[in-house]
Amino acid sequence: MIVVLTLLAGATGAVARFVLDSSVKRRWKTAFPWATVTINVTGSLLLGVLAGLVLFSGQPAGWQTVLGTGFCGGYTTFSTASFETVRLVQQKRPGLALVNALGSLVLSVAGCAAGLAAVWAL
Amino acid sequence: MAGAGADSHAELPSDPDVAARAARPLHLRPSSMAWVFAGGVVGTALRYYGEVLLPHDGASWPWATFLINLAGAFVLGTLLEALARLGDDSGWRLRARLFAGTGGCGAFTTYSTFALEAVLLTRHGHLGTAIAYGLVSVVGGVLAAWLGIVAASAVHRRRVDS
Repeated sequence: MIVVLTLLAGATGAVARFVLDSSVKRRWKTAFPWATVTINVTGSLLLGVLAGLVLFSGQPAGWQTVLGTGFCGGYTTFSTASFETVRLVQQKRPGLALVNALGSLVLSVAGCAAGLAAVWAL
Repeated sequence: MAGAGADSHAELPSDPDVAARAARPLHLRPSSMAWVFAGGVVGTALRYYGEVLLPHDGASWPWATFLINLAGAFVLGTLLEALARLGDDSGWRLRARLFAGTGGCGAFTTYSTFALEAVLLTRHGHLGTAIAYGLVSVVGGVLAAWLGIVAASAVHRRRVDS
């Protein structure tokens, strides 16, 4: 049952990413892939909160599997982030490529740590 | 509102067929959402069983997520380059991109679990491993996506030449 819910949550996360990413790109046409960065940082923050609830508040680990491995995993994406960095290099924007690669990494890890710390502190 | 004064019925579309198609953007069409959803089920399932096969203990290198992310970046690079060389982004190519790319590779790979693993490694006192994991993954992912693009264009060129 957990597996089925996880797969459905993952697919829902993927659709949420698709709709959000496309809406942002339609409205703001920028060279920098803001949409993917925002998606990855917010998804990491949410997973940090979920992991914190399991680690510190004794919530059942099934929640983290369905919403974390499932939804957050399907919502965030590593492949698109990597691809967009390559595209920035190919478009002769190495500075933006570097900012995208390192910025996504630092902000996502910081977001995840902040989510975890917030649950621990409360 | 350019030219609104010249058209006595500016509210009407010039070409009803084009207007009907453009009325709903791609990402709000149920059919494209369904393709992404179906790909998302497959991508999440592959990642789920990959993590079951090689579970992360919070202390060592997170092999499952690492290999999944690099493989997914390579496949996405290959797929998008191959589809772009096969024709415009419509019909079966659009459906393949939404299913295998946005849904499949997107849900197969993950940034959130990757970030959480780096945080947990740090929390368990393995800061060096966490930093190496983060940097090697990001650099490796970019190289993998680039290699995928190169591979797809090489295969395409060979096919065109022969």
